Amino acid sequence: MFRQTLNITALNLRNILSRKGSSSIIVVGIAGVVAVVVGLLSMSEGIESALQETSHPDRVLVMRSGTQDEITGWLSATEVNVLNGMDGIRTVSGELVVVVDLVTRETGKPGVAVARGVEASALEVRPELKLVAGRWFQPGKNELVVGVNAGDTYAGLTLGSRVNFRNKSWAVVGRFDAGGRAHDSEVWMDLPIAQAEFRREGVVSTARVLLDRDSDAAAVGEHIRQDPRLRADLIAEQDFYARQSQARTGMVETFAYLIGAIMGLGAVVAAINTMYSSVSTRLVEIGTLRSLGFSSVPVVVSVMAEALLLALVGGVLGSAAVYLLYDGLASSTLNAGSMSQVGFEFSVTPRLLVIGLSSAVSLGAVGGLLPAVRAARLPVIEALRAN
Amino acid sequence: MSELIRCTNVCKDYVRGAESIRVLRNVDLSVAVGTIVALMGPSGSGKTTLLNLIGGLDAPTSGEIEVDGLRLDSVSARHLARWRVRSVGFVFQFYNLLPVLTAQGNVELPLLLTDLSRSERKRNAALALDIVGLGDRGRHKPGELSGGQQQRVAIARALVSDPRLLVCDEPTGDLDRQTADEILELLQTLHRDLGKTIVMVTHDPKAADHAMVTLHMDKGKLASQDDQAASALPSARTVA
Repeated sequence: MFRQTLNITALNLRNILSRKGSSSIIVVGIAGVVAVVVGLLSMSEGIESALQETSHPDRVLVMRSGTQDEITGWLSATEVNVLNGMDGIRTVSGELVVVVDLVTRETGKPGVAVARGVEASALEVRPELKLVAGRWFQPGKNELVVGVNAGDTYAGLTLGSRVNFRNKSWAVVGRFDAGGRAHDSEVWMDLPIAQAEFRREGVVSTARVLLDRDSDAAAVGEHIRQDPRLRADLIAEQDFYARQSQARTGMVETFAYLIGAIMGLGAVVAAINTMYSSVSTRLVEIGTLRSLGFSSVPVVVSVMAEALLLALVGGVLGSAAVYLLYDGLASSTLNAGSMSQVGFEFSVTPRLLVIGLSSAVSLGAVGGLLPAVRAARLPVIEALRAN
Repeated sequence: MSELIRCTNVCKDYVRGAESIRVLRNVDLSVAVGTIVALMGPSGSGKTTLLNLIGGLDAPTSGEIEVDGLRLDSVSARHLARWRVRSVGFVFQFYNLLPVLTAQGNVELPLLLTDLSRSERKRNAALALDIVGLGDRGRHKPGELSGGQQQRVAIARALVSDPRLLVCDEPTGDLDRQTADEILELLQTLHRDLGKTIVMVTHDPKAADHAMVTLHMDKGKLASQDDQAASALPSARTVA
């Protein structure tokens, strides 16, 4: 039986080229589905990776209890001082996070960017962040240092230029690369200046805290919760960005799978049609083989193998197209929490390729099954009559 | 001479929707080993249906069919498929060759179902092609061969597993007169030299001339059925 199956399957696969037209319907249909699904998922993967890359294992955020994002949080200067004196904490950076109105470079329309007021400690808690051009802002001056993506996303943020917001003119004096793309979309300024300009004197949004290497984040978190002077919670940076990305990528992924399901349905119908047509054109061949003594199982396998092979080719083409066109492509998305843009790169990861290929094979299997069963159940003489 | 085919009271109905159509009516037939039988009759008379039953491609609605010692009406489809491999060779009107395979590959097909080694399969297929006069065309694909040559390849495929019975459905139906005569000559040679029993459905009176026995069918019955069944034995009929 195995040899029969192998022989008939090989025979059928050799035949595919003679049915180029109908075979290409499956290939193109499934390539389209895979391209759309993998493309959308690569966007979601890119956003997630942009946010996750920002995180550092020893770094945590201390936020007002109950707040979900940095913009809506607030901590008093006293609370930041309390944190500074706590066991297990190496450095604390109180930061004010606000949004500023800028013009997006791509559309020329108004957009918002995240602005972060920081002090020198911000660099101590982020050793990976490097100045790549210009200089850092001087304390007490309306100067900006912008993330590498922010300069590309918003107009007027080139080094040496000036930009207006909050009725002030701000000089862009430097560019930094955070190595993590969430910060790279931000503009940074002196904390006291930010507090003054945004009328948040004595207040920061969150504290970015670098823990001692040997300290336990959970224990520090417990101290914070227990301390009557604080009304704040500790959240690992990784968890914070995971939560942030989940909200955004969840929507993209739902959309990807929804569109994928609708297109997949179309592709399956096309595949079923194509395979029915393939079986129809092979009726005499199937009838002849059956009359010679070949059983129906190899016929089923040969039809399924054809559908799966065509689907796989579609999957590979779709994945390859997305990889070549989108992988690494820079884009930005709106952060629903801050209404600001977050830069990211489409990321076609091996995991997505596996999802794409397995979706393709599944569509092929579903598309091939009914025609295969029909081919197997067809009485020999009926197949021979197709002549 | 011993009997190779025996049909007893064979009926065949086809069901189309709610309607049941009887295409064979109480057919009795006996064919001796080494006979060439021509089945003739108008379209729809049931001759191809009878041929399919004898070849084990279909099952009768009622009655008994015994071919080469096996009761075809009482075995499973799987058993029947295995039986066909070694006991019967098929020749079709339109040759039914697989276009992607060479002549040699087409002839080898039935041998894929046997335990023969690859080299044995190649040798036997080459021998079968030699017998039909196409020993030098093994590497050609069907598209590169004439209709007559394609039918010769199909006959080689029917022969290759050395069955005792060849069933041929309009073997000359798609060929010109001269090529048809050559094919009929070839079938006669197979009968004469290899002792094959051949049952063929044909509309061609010249094909019938090559048969030892001609059976006429009409409306699902063998015409003058009682006499014909007996006369199918070569002892009861003059060899053409």
